[in-house]
Amino acid sequence: MNADDPVIPVDPQDPAQRRRRNQQDGARGGKPFKFGQKGDVREVAVNVPPDEPPPWQFGDTHAVVGQRTPRVDAVAKVTGKARYAYDMNLPGMVWAAFVRCPHARAKVTAVDYSEAMKIPGVLVAKDYGSKDIRYALQHFGVVAAETHAACLEAVRAVKATFEVLPHAARMDQALAPDAPRVHSERPNKTGDDFRPEAVAAFEKAAQGCDAVVTGTATTEVQTHMCLEPHGVTARFEAPDRATVWASTQATFGARGEVARVLKVPEANVTVIAHYMGGGFGSKFSLGVAGAAACTLSKELGRPVKLMLERRAEHAQGGNRPSSVQEMSLGVKKDGTLAAYKVSKTGTGGIGGGAGAANPMIYDFGEVAEADFEVATNAGAAAAMRAPRHPQGSFALETIMNLAAEAIGMDPLELRRKNDKHPIRARQYVEGAKRFGWDKRTASGSGKGPIKKGMGVASSLWYALGGRGAQVLCRIRKDGSVEIRNGAQDIGVGTKTILAMVAAEELGIPLSRVTPFLGDTNDPIGPASGGSTTAPTIMPAARTAAFMAGRSLREIVAKTWDCGADDLALGGGKVIHLKDRSKSMTFEKACALMPGDEIAELGKRTGNYAAYEGQTGGVHFAEVEVDTEDGTIAVTRYLALQDAGTILNPLTAESQVNGAIVQGVSYALFEERILDRQLGQQVNADMEMYKIAGPKDMPRAEVILTEVVNGANNVGVAGLGEGPSVPVAAAIAGAVHNALGFPVWSLPMTPDRVLAAIAGKEKGK
Amino acid sequence: MGGHADEGKGSVSRRGFLKSAGVAAAATSLIDDAKKAMEPVGPAPAAAVRGETEIRFKLNGKETVAKVPPSMTLLELLRERLDMTGTKQVCDRGACGACTVHLDGRTVNSCLLLAMDATGRDVTTVEGLAVGDRLHPVQQGFVEEDAMQCGFCTPGMVMSCAALLAKNPAPTRAECAEGISGNICRCGTYLNIFRAMDRASALAKGGK
Repeated sequence: MNADDPVIPVDPQDPAQRRRRNQQDGARGGKPFKFGQKGDVREVAVNVPPDEPPPWQFGDTHAVVGQRTPRVDAVAKVTGKARYAYDMNLPGMVWAAFVRCPHARAKVTAVDYSEAMKIPGVLVAKDYGSKDIRYALQHFGVVAAETHAACLEAVRAVKATFEVLPHAARMDQALAPDAPRVHSERPNKTGDDFRPEAVAAFEKAAQGCDAVVTGTATTEVQTHMCLEPHGVTARFEAPDRATVWASTQATFGARGEVARVLKVPEANVTVIAHYMGGGFGSKFSLGVAGAAACTLSKELGRPVKLMLERRAEHAQGGNRPSSVQEMSLGVKKDGTLAAYKVSKTGTGGIGGGAGAANPMIYDFGEVAEADFEVATNAGAAAAMRAPRHPQGSFALETIMNLAAEAIGMDPLELRRKNDKHPIRARQYVEGAKRFGWDKRTASGSGKGPIKKGMGVASSLWYALGGRGAQVLCRIRKDGSVEIRNGAQDIGVGTKTILAMVAAEELGIPLSRVTPFLGDTNDPIGPASGGSTTAPTIMPAARTAAFMAGRSLREIVAKTWDCGADDLALGGGKVIHLKDRSKSMTFEKACALMPGDEIAELGKRTGNYAAYEGQTGGVHFAEVEVDTEDGTIAVTRYLALQDAGTILNPLTAESQVNGAIVQGVSYALFEERILDRQLGQQVNADMEMYKIAGPKDMPRAEVILTEVVNGANNVGVAGLGEGPSVPVAAAIAGAVHNALGFPVWSLPMTPDRVLAAIAGKEKGK
Repeated sequence: MGGHADEGKGSVSRRGFLKSAGVAAAATSLIDDAKKAMEPVGPAPAAAVRGETEIRFKLNGKETVAKVPPSMTLLELLRERLDMTGTKQVCDRGACGACTVHLDGRTVNSCLLLAMDATGRDVTTVEGLAVGDRLHPVQQGFVEEDAMQCGFCTPGMVMSCAALLAKNPAPTRAECAEGISGNICRCGTYLNIFRAMDRASALAKGGK
């Protein structure tokens, strides 16, 4: 992955990318190392590149890594000192805001900015962007003013005339026979239909099955609703420099975009993201707000802050596409899955990117797949934690449950039978025991109006990081250590594990190491996407610390008249491996350095032969469904999740907890509702766009499955995507178990639950 | 909105009333401006009152003097005039709790309070909760139990939790959920916040 690339870096469905990720270009042959998990330890031969430390292997113990460690910026966050892009108040700063069209499809025919310009403090009110409006709240103008209040007043004072055109904001509208075209050059529905030979193979295999179950799952669009909206504070510095404080998950991508917008050399641009108020996949680019702020700053010669307002954050800040997945699954009495057919249709608005990762995880035998995208007059989709996977997981785990019922098999057994992943194989067993799966009752067997159920669903992810990061490690004469990379910590604790890896390698306490992230003047790093940040940066960090430590050992070796390889760092000391009487504190060793500092740049090389290229997870949910009012309470949740080497269990668990909470929210509440007539989102706020709150929380437990994957010298895996995949599916499975039949639509709101119950009763 | 039940006092809802009136006007204009020419793009503004008034209030224990226009909220005053950006602006209409501060010891959404209505009152923000380097037990609990991810909801959460702990030194999980039910977190830190509150409760009692 090229860290300069502003686009979503990982597409797990792209076979070319998958091949690239799996290539073992870092090392071949060489020394044997032990990788794997408890009960399944394997030796993999790796050829460690000259400047790298040998990989951590199975059975290694660590002093700093693996300890539950509060994040290094926790105090800054709880005291309000953490300053985000939204918090920048620069001398002479100007506020800016977009002028938006309320219509889903329109031409802006005339705009009068004169009243807006009369408002005290208003500096700019003018056209900005296209006058061809293709979704509600698309901008066509921009204002800038001395204060935020004046800015908003100016927006309200702009008068415009629109030629309102017929729109297709909703997917049903876009699929109607007489629907207006969203993109003039192509039909609204595009994609790949079934291959006839795949369908024939499916049908043949289905004939040999004991049961063929069918169903159609639907999921709604959810918006990212980051608390810090998309936007930047930009400062153009004449004649040809710029500093931009951006709410971004790709500092280097944003740097390239700023340079292009301002037509200045990339080297003259600094992008800063010390703190970032939530992205979840939606903040890979500078965005329309960022580009406008940069342009205005250059024009006005003053810093400009432009953050999307809340309703626009829903419309313009990205969303997870919807899906309709029609499935047929053939299963044999012994649980063998032999034939699977799925047609997927979804909308990513005007931007595309819909689709569902379905099938995945299980071996389905003969598979026939169709995949369609429907363009609509709605805001563009963006990547969201495990793009395409929660949709696919919900659908296919639901049909799996139906198949299990059809042959009278426990749903967990059906999964075990058709899933050979060694990590999940262990998690199924461990999780079932821990969760009390044996207490699960037959589907729909509960008496009384409140019914209990348990469900299970599985997780996978594909990324173990790759090339593209460099990390600078500095050891100063006073014994302090800096570890630096220019990528961002989007709130998952990257800064903390960066320091932990360096402290571990140098054998010193964490307090001695200061980590720096989120400033593009530091060495290049990845965009935070596809769970690649930690596994891309951390091996380079360890290499940098190793190289700096080696330089320090060389200095001490001269004093002791021995070889650097005779010395080791540990316990805050430099120790002589052959002569135990010789030892020196880390500080004293640092004081020996001839210059003021040691500085080494560690590079991320390719991955080794990994024990498993994919990460695994198995999640269990328990629910109570009130069949009278249709409400669902998730009462218990257990997530078993592989994240390779667990660098910091505290923050890793938080990230999985976050995936659970967001999954509960996706399963039960979240839905972008578009008005049929206006094409506007009617719940573009935070009170009607319902997300899970503190009262909706289950009792949850996270078990991080220790896996030494041997993919690189650290072996950490990211947790952005994996735990986000199966949550809604596990909850849906529990609802199915409670009711005795599935609820096929997300979110499982009371109306949908009651409709499912009514439909079932009607069918009887 | 259990944590914000004390907002009342009449003055607080004034801005909210203006806003909801604006929303209604907007809905009307949306339908009409397909036909009419040169309609305003946004909600019809209340006639802006110009000029500024001097107000005095106590901010984190310090007597503070500020000149504010009558339409300015306490949140705007804090963030834009006083450069106290710990208090976050998120929904700007009292739905998310990110702007929670203490007014005379009670939680308020500072986006719904006119700055002028802070006159003579005692305002505590997240910046004023710790005593020097000594964190408030809630802050310490949040640090130890990692009750944050991106951190954008954290200041509001901390303020709601601190107010809850002052009223109820040992809240149950359900009471804690009630206490922060006016605060929205997007990263999903609620489970950690429950643990942090248990820890804060122990710390406040002098436990270790």
